Amino acid sequence: MKPFGYVRAASVEEATEAFAAHPGARYLGGGTNLVDLMKLGVERPAVLVDVSRLPLDTVEELPDGSVRVGAAVRNSDLAAHPLVRDRYPALSQALLAGASGQLRNAATTGGNLLQRTRCPYFQDVSKPCNKREPGSGCGARDGVHRDHAVLGHSESCVATHPSDMAVALAALDARVELYGELGARSVPAAAFHRLPGQHPERDTEIRPGELITSVVLPAATAGLPSAYRKARDRASYAFALASVAVVLRVSDGVVAHAGIAFGALAHRPWRAQRAEEALLGGPATAAAFARAVELELAAAEPLRDNGYKVPLARNIAVDVLTRLASAAAT
Amino acid sequence: MGSDIHDGDTGGERPAPPTGHRSGFEEHRPDTTEHRSATTLRVNGKPHTLVVDHRRALLDVLREDLGLTGAKKGCDHGQCGACTVLLDGRRVNSCLQLAVALDGCEVTTVEGLAGDGEELHPLQRAFLDRDAFQCGYCTPGQICSALGALDEAAAGHPSHVTVPATPSGRPVPLDADEIRERLSGNLCRCGAYPRIVEAVEDVVR
Amino acid sequence: MPGTGTALGAPAERREGHLKVTGGARYAAEYDLPGRAQAWPVPATVARGRVTAVDAAAALRLPGVLAVLTHENAPRIAEPEDPILGVLQNPAVPHRGWFVALVVAESLEAARAGAAAVRVEYAAEDHDVTLTTDHPDAYEPESVNGEHPTRREHGRRASDSPAARVNVAYEVPPLHNHPMEPHASTAHWDQGHLTVYSSSQGGTTVRETLAALFGIPEERITVVADHVGGGFGSKGTPRPDVVLAAMAARETGRPVTVSFPRRFLPAVVGHRAPTLHRVRLGADADGRLTSLTHEVTTHTSRIKEFVEQAAVPARVMYDASHSLTVHRVARLDVPTPSWMRAPGEAPGMYALESAMDELAAELGMDPVELRIVNEPEREPDSGKPFSSRHLVDCLREGARRFDWSRRDPRPGSRAEGPLLIGTGVASATYPVLVSPSTAEARALPDGTFVVRVNATDIGTGARTVLAQVAADALEVPLERVRTEVGSSDLPSAPLAGGSSGTASWGWAVHVACRELAGLLTAHTGPLPAEGIRAHADTSGRADAESPYARHAFGAHFAEVGVDTVTGEVRVRRLLGVYAAGRILNARTARSQFVGGMTMGLGMALTEGSTMDAAFGDFTECDLASYHVPAHADVPGVEAHWLDETDAHLNPMGSKGVGEIGIVGTAAAIGNAVHHATGVRFRVLPLTPDKVLGGLAGRPG
Repeated sequence: MKPFGYVRAASVEEATEAFAAHPGARYLGGGTNLVDLMKLGVERPAVLVDVSRLPLDTVEELPDGSVRVGAAVRNSDLAAHPLVRDRYPALSQALLAGASGQLRNAATTGGNLLQRTRCPYFQDVSKPCNKREPGSGCGARDGVHRDHAVLGHSESCVATHPSDMAVALAALDARVELYGELGARSVPAAAFHRLPGQHPERDTEIRPGELITSVVLPAATAGLPSAYRKARDRASYAFALASVAVVLRVSDGVVAHAGIAFGALAHRPWRAQRAEEALLGGPATAAAFARAVELELAAAEPLRDNGYKVPLARNIAVDVLTRLASAAAT
Repeated sequence: MGSDIHDGDTGGERPAPPTGHRSGFEEHRPDTTEHRSATTLRVNGKPHTLVVDHRRALLDVLREDLGLTGAKKGCDHGQCGACTVLLDGRRVNSCLQLAVALDGCEVTTVEGLAGDGEELHPLQRAFLDRDAFQCGYCTPGQICSALGALDEAAAGHPSHVTVPATPSGRPVPLDADEIRERLSGNLCRCGAYPRIVEAVEDVVR
Repeated sequence: MPGTGTALGAPAERREGHLKVTGGARYAAEYDLPGRAQAWPVPATVARGRVTAVDAAAALRLPGVLAVLTHENAPRIAEPEDPILGVLQNPAVPHRGWFVALVVAESLEAARAGAAAVRVEYAAEDHDVTLTTDHPDAYEPESVNGEHPTRREHGRRASDSPAARVNVAYEVPPLHNHPMEPHASTAHWDQGHLTVYSSSQGGTTVRETLAALFGIPEERITVVADHVGGGFGSKGTPRPDVVLAAMAARETGRPVTVSFPRRFLPAVVGHRAPTLHRVRLGADADGRLTSLTHEVTTHTSRIKEFVEQAAVPARVMYDASHSLTVHRVARLDVPTPSWMRAPGEAPGMYALESAMDELAAELGMDPVELRIVNEPEREPDSGKPFSSRHLVDCLREGARRFDWSRRDPRPGSRAEGPLLIGTGVASATYPVLVSPSTAEARALPDGTFVVRVNATDIGTGARTVLAQVAADALEVPLERVRTEVGSSDLPSAPLAGGSSGTASWGWAVHVACRELAGLLTAHTGPLPAEGIRAHADTSGRADAESPYARHAFGAHFAEVGVDTVTGEVRVRRLLGVYAAGRILNARTARSQFVGGMTMGLGMALTEGSTMDAAFGDFTECDLASYHVPAHADVPGVEAHWLDETDAHLNPMGSKGVGEIGIVGTAAAIGNAVHHATGVRFRVLPLTPDKVLGGLAGRPG
């Protein structure tokens, strides 16, 4: 780790100004991924702009019934917040399925969205990786890639996004609020992360110097039945092999709303729009769920050793859809 | 090199730091070409003001600067939990916390649990009674983590195995499955897990 | 503890326990000697070749960097007996991750930054790291680990075909020990005397090795291993950390700590080599084995032949009219493998006991009964009588405790919602190993006793159990005995490994204490201020050839739930019953049994490492990707034992408990997965990717 400067920002404006003033700056939130990557030599900031103490640490209900989550809210606090547990259970479940109690106490909402892939080639600076070093190649595509992408990958990158939380946000139609030199804007959570294409070095749509200030959970999905399911190698403290977040409203046996997002299948949380469209207005039956999910996963292009992810994702999605539908029916 | 230390609690027993600095960091505008800054931490109730290399993690401050080697370095990447301490009362991996960012924070390590007397903390006593360790390397982290987990449950924090219907905002009762899930961020290669769970159950009861 | 002669077997509390729960126990990297520097190694980034240039200039310019050691400037050491210790002596790179430089600096941060700034150029050569059963370079070595013969064959092949047969292949991937304390040493030279604080399972060997490498007499070396954060074989002999620390301390004139970063461990401290198994069993209609073949193919590195003796347990377990056990090894451009908890037995018994389960299914026989039917009179390979063998009793006791009789033997017969539930059984065996040791016992005028021996407490509770041995031998209350262990200034002793530590040290402690008791009986008047001493050396006794085959045995029972939605397998219950001679401390022994079973659970379900064919290293090199079991993976684990009396072992009558817990666990779990699902999975670990695919082809 090379030496770096440190600035603690007292306001959002001050943070973005400090970032702009220092080439090679990075925002420091909970540090659970950034410090890890700095120790590995993957991240080499010249200056850290500490945003962990910005007044962005509250979860509040807005007049329109939506819920704004400050970017500095810690993952454990967000998972435990009654507004989240009661109205957006998939989000609470996703957070609690991730990492460990210690890490969730440190990791922030904004930082969780910005965490980098756990691809072993990305993490090892002695190996080629187009995400870490554009143009150097991809070690994973023909290498060890059991954990890698089956959807939306490119010649240059087969990495997956590791977040559980982001998968729930995508399914819940959350929005990510950003602040930068050009002012404030917001982006749908499902569109915040990118597919790798020719530029795997860019994980998200964030612009240089932009800061995540909050995440807004919409009123439209508040209180809808939702759930998160994750499959992993060990019973806890492991990244997903595949995961799914589902938001489902069934009315008179008919699907009135479906939000489905997969984790660990792609470079971003994979919003299953085809499946959702297929379900909407149709019967909420196991057979319909299976058909819709299979339609979505028909686009999968597994690598040599990760074909298992397709049936795994299918199974967990159908399972969660079915459970939510039957809970709604009773 | 590490960090220059000034133990603020010793009333001048220790020599002053080689370069004078103000303890009030807030009004100290850091120069970003500087790679060291002053940080004040309260560790186990005692204030310490240090000029730290920005790269220095809390774990290394504890172990290298303050001589508190109870928190262990098992992986240095937040993957094992051996370095767990309480930061402002909440359990964290101290290997991932940059000390410079912790100015004004309160840190409790395993050395600070028993208090000044000989009396062990009930969790420490339970670990001894249950033989909840072998090599001992993960033990301080397990104990600090358990302490944090007990507080989290009391504060109504659910876990991955908490039944979703459990009412929010109320204490979560801890059975063995809850304890296992909540302590899963603390690896133990000697396989003392069943005994650790028993020890924590002893304290819960 | 009141009275005398009652210490052995009692659940005495660990003597170092208070230090460990308060953070006061000091480990090798925690000796903050004045002026101590920190060091960070630089691993090779090619799998085969040699270093052509090292540019340390940028590193040396960094503030705080004191020195960069490379093969060009590092202190010369004698040719080591163990080639893994020949670090920084020549430009050869035998495998990726081999250390090619060491940066010494004032702080950890400076050392790490320095290591990142060292530029190394290589002449890389083509490498081969991929093990296959038909690898053209595979050969039968002269012997395998433990000095066992490579190949043994007994009896004649039957000409008529057996009533039932299995012919199957199993695969155990590379596994990593990953003790929670990474390998670390702090070294300090002072006026020609070298002191090292080293995380090791045996300080006596560390001292011998350093003396040979640095060409100084052993009297001028002190090795301290007061507390050791686990080893599981990977600290059994010195590893490069202690050599590098001693070199760096000599070079800089400062105390130096070398603590290996976690992700470097898989390449430099040994690993359990992958084993490819072929097991062929034939049996008559009663289940008696007519043939038993166990062929093992494994890898070793270019610089050292270490051959996991995985076919050896088959020579101990069952009678068969014809038996063949053989090992083959291929030298590849891989890191050097070494011991990991129950080398040989753990992977070997996984394969053999899985195959026995398959045979039981072929025969339609209860797997417990199949094992009982094949119980030998004498050790099949040597023909020696067993000093004691209570495998059948373990199986029966385990079956009783596990409620085995209520099991519906039909696979896939039990479901709870999406979960398929199954139970499985497997046998376990581990040899009784013991080595000569010395020890000293001293009686002090205040009525207390001190036992001194360079034993190492890696978490087994050596301090405690040796005090128990001494108390009974002296016929005094336990509280009056103090033990000193963990320093080479104490009487020399063998390592804590091979489940032999307590037997080896305890034997010497017992002899010394009995002798001291004799001296005290003869002594009249008050004791002199320095006390009275007795010294023991068990050479010639502890290592004498025994006319008996001496092994511990055990039976493992497991219940698993297999999630048909995800392929996730979770253990619901794990139970072991052991016959391991006299149990010397009920509390610490139980912890060791349970600990072994937990590591076996990891071997079955979560642990596995992949050799990256393109780069030549282990992909799962950290604790986020190499999944040792977490709390949530481990349910209630029960360990029980039989009161076994065996007069042919050592004065305590103990067999060793550190390893047998892992031995049958993986097979019991795998067999339970078959019972749950009806599908045989023969490649470990049983992760969702494999299991889900298998379930898809499930009948019905």
